[in-house]
Amino acid sequence: MSFIEQAKRLLGMSLVCSAAVVMSGCEKPAEAPAAPAPETAPTEETVEAPTFDGEIKVGVLHSLSGTMAISETTLKDTVLMLVEDQNEKGGLLGKKLVPVVVDPASNWPLFAEKTKELIEKEGVDVIFGCWTSVSRKSVLPVIENLNGLLFYPVQYEGEESSKNVFYTGAAPNQQAIPAVDYLMDAEGVERWVLEGTDYVYPRTTNKILEAYLKGKGVAEEDISINYTPFGHSDWQTRVAEIKEFGSAGKKTAVVSTINGDANVPFYKELANQGIAATDIPVVAFSVGEEELSGFDTAPLVGHLAAWNYFQSAEADVNDEFIAKWKGFIGDESRVTNDPMEATYIGFKAWAKAVEKAGTTDVDAVRSAMYGIEVPNLTGGIAKVLPNHHFTKPVLIGEIQADGQFEIVSQTEEVPGDAWTDFLPESAKIVSDWQDPAINCGNYNTETKACSGQNY
Amino acid sequence: MRILLAFIFALSCQWVIASPTALDNPSPQASFSSLVQQLPAASIKELSPLVDQLAATNDPKALTLLEALKDGQLYYTKDNKTVVRIIEENKATKEVTTETILEPLTTQTINTKTIKKIRVNNALRGQIGDYLSALKLFAEDETVRQAAIADFITQPDPEQVGLLQQAQANEQNEQLKAQLSIALASIDAHNSALPENQLAAVTLLAESQHMETFYWLERLQEKTTNPELKQAISTSMDSIQSRRDRYKMVENTFFGLSMGSVLLLAAIGLAITFGVMGVINMAHGEMIMIGAYATYVVQSLMPNHIGYSIWVAIPVAFLSAALVGILIERLVIKHLYGRPLETLLATFGISLILQQAARSLFGPLNQSVITPQWMSGSWEINPMLAFTYNRLYILFFALMVFFGLVLLLRKTSIGLHMRAVTQNRAMANSMGIRSGRVDALTFGLGSGIAGLAGVAISQLNNVGPNLGQSYIIDSFMVVVFGGAGNIFGTLYAAFGLGMINKYIEPFAGAVLAKILILVFIILFMQWRPRGMFAVKGRFVED
Repeated sequence: MSFIEQAKRLLGMSLVCSAAVVMSGCEKPAEAPAAPAPETAPTEETVEAPTFDGEIKVGVLHSLSGTMAISETTLKDTVLMLVEDQNEKGGLLGKKLVPVVVDPASNWPLFAEKTKELIEKEGVDVIFGCWTSVSRKSVLPVIENLNGLLFYPVQYEGEESSKNVFYTGAAPNQQAIPAVDYLMDAEGVERWVLEGTDYVYPRTTNKILEAYLKGKGVAEEDISINYTPFGHSDWQTRVAEIKEFGSAGKKTAVVSTINGDANVPFYKELANQGIAATDIPVVAFSVGEEELSGFDTAPLVGHLAAWNYFQSAEADVNDEFIAKWKGFIGDESRVTNDPMEATYIGFKAWAKAVEKAGTTDVDAVRSAMYGIEVPNLTGGIAKVLPNHHFTKPVLIGEIQADGQFEIVSQTEEVPGDAWTDFLPESAKIVSDWQDPAINCGNYNTETKACSGQNY
Repeated sequence: MRILLAFIFALSCQWVIASPTALDNPSPQASFSSLVQQLPAASIKELSPLVDQLAATNDPKALTLLEALKDGQLYYTKDNKTVVRIIEENKATKEVTTETILEPLTTQTINTKTIKKIRVNNALRGQIGDYLSALKLFAEDETVRQAAIADFITQPDPEQVGLLQQAQANEQNEQLKAQLSIALASIDAHNSALPENQLAAVTLLAESQHMETFYWLERLQEKTTNPELKQAISTSMDSIQSRRDRYKMVENTFFGLSMGSVLLLAAIGLAITFGVMGVINMAHGEMIMIGAYATYVVQSLMPNHIGYSIWVAIPVAFLSAALVGILIERLVIKHLYGRPLETLLATFGISLILQQAARSLFGPLNQSVITPQWMSGSWEINPMLAFTYNRLYILFFALMVFFGLVLLLRKTSIGLHMRAVTQNRAMANSMGIRSGRVDALTFGLGSGIAGLAGVAISQLNNVGPNLGQSYIIDSFMVVVFGGAGNIFGTLYAAFGLGMINKYIEPFAGAVLAKILILVFIILFMQWRPRGMFAVKGRFVED
């Protein structure tokens, strides 16, 4: 059994670490940022170990302990894999990439402190990190003040464009809107339940979706919006309500922005109350391959998810990525997911920009980023836009019993929109950091001025 | 789809007049097998017309085939593209027993790697489902027929009148016959040309037990201009509505009881360690987590007997959580009796250590615990009222654990010792009770019961390192509200809070319901600081 082997392997470590972990989080020795002296590192017998002329420090700001460790640990490993891969190819500008891993421990203010530590103390040239919007918002003032560079790899609610952040995940127009379009066209849905966990991402996304649906002629009484607390586990009442809402004779669907942990009990309750995907399909924006590996997938088959990447995407570059990931992590059963792909394209775009700029200086790299094109993992091209977002295809997948997705719809690359066009107050705002006439993240096309807000 | 149903209708008529179908279709067998052979290479879009054609072949095996396709049990072998259906699956050896669809029928046990699934999507599942429900109107099993009729009541389609009349003529069961009349009445209400027929249909629909009928009538009401019909519609709608409201009450009560049972399970362990022993145990949630992980481990050790794994998991979870509890008591808490603040901090530290240990041992991801078949689905009393099995079993389990504990405390000598030590330690010592040993056992018992809660919770929630966190606050809330030291107080508090929560939730939403409950408890504690059922007597300190 794999967990027994794991237990043996980790028991020693966990004992040593568990005491320290309470305060600091357990950092495996291999990832310790201690600058490796060149004579200790190349113990491997392989020939042509590349020689490096200096170092480029890459900050990794993902929670390795606490509630968000479940999602973020994977992204830390992804960055480490990409760094290792880049070093094997000779590094960047002849220099070796050195990852600096810190653990903000799912603690939002700590994200800001660790960012400061990374930039001021460690002197990193770029940071890959954050998952929740609140952690990103906590990092923003610090990273703008110190003029750092952050790549944020998770789908989010939009309405933001910082000079110092590149958003490699999906903006609402790259995930939510196309998913709703799919349900309308392919499944003929006329009645909508917008179900979310009570925090900023679902509330903003649902506000945008509500405006969008109404614009499409959906009546007020055909939309039901509800929020539940974090980690909500008793879904009986709400599922009964959804069941009744769906009995009105019109095809009904649930658009779910339910956060990670509350999903399992939600889908279980749906299945137990006899609601199948053919009756009321649920399209989720936060359920990916990794989350599914912790689910009993039987009750979920046929429900949908919208992402910009699925592990099942058929592309050579994807097969290569999956094989490399499984080899790096040493576990055949591990899966890949969308935020990993977002990390991948962010890293590749940054590497390309550094080569183009010939330096790791933040301002030079930032200017070099615009217009850079890197292949994504679904066989297309991701282009960096002047609003710090990327072009991404939108994929709709149906959950299969093996925890993978069957891709039922795939769009062309959609440019990410920082400010949504479906809320009147945001529609008139654009972000453009390339055009010298605008050069800000929140240019109001009516008043012809930037709002003055930093991000 | 409609062509399909028309065909089935034609088909069922043919049964009645007993004409051989082979005449219309020169070689149905050949065409069936050629269609089956097309399946492996077909994309999802190409599958849809294939399904229509397969259904139209009228081959007896079409039903088996389509059912297997819908349930994702249809595969093809990678080497020679033979379509097979899975009969049995052995998860441990990764082998499956398959049967070929086409002649010659052969059964073989092969590795899952050698076969590939024929994938379907929602639209296709719906398409097959519609086809099957038409066929199921004539099924032998009554429950199957009932489900099929329900499909026609919830989605009335005028083109199916003939089929339904056919079914009604065949139907022997009076109750199902009545259901079929309602299905036909739904169609008549909208489509009949004669006003008196419409009126009769609408009156009959008052008997419907489906909320869909309510909305179906509502739409008719918007459409019609006949005042008499409008009146009849209102009456029927009212009667459906009032029936729904009645069942809603029952349903809410069940939801409340069910939520209460989870609160009770999570809290009884704490009622012992905190309530009886007075130890503020912040690691209580992690004992629940240990129980849930124990369930996961047991299940992954016996992947072929998921149904029984729960029964094995119950003692394993109890013992492992109890063992950890005893260790904590002996190593840490023993030295901290009478120092509540230090105990709180120490146990909080232990809870973080246990969480990180779980994260290191099992990884930060949630683990998937499979719900056994007998705990899935719901017990459907009628279309408006159903109780989900997992919640029902957990309700019984919680009550069993609770009364088991009460018996243990009241009727056994160890229970007597426990009560004696917690009531007056010095006196108990002088009577020859080894209070240290009793402390460890009591703490172990409380932890073990938390482990049992973990088994139940693994069937409802995620199994992951953060599992305990979500229950610790609720557990303290219940114990404090019920009155520390009184086990029955915990029972009443758990069910009381569950019910209040579930009655507020439909009006206020889950977020507000949670807040209101907390406000209520804070106000209540102002009035009765020792909880609902405060322990009285001279052994109560201060």
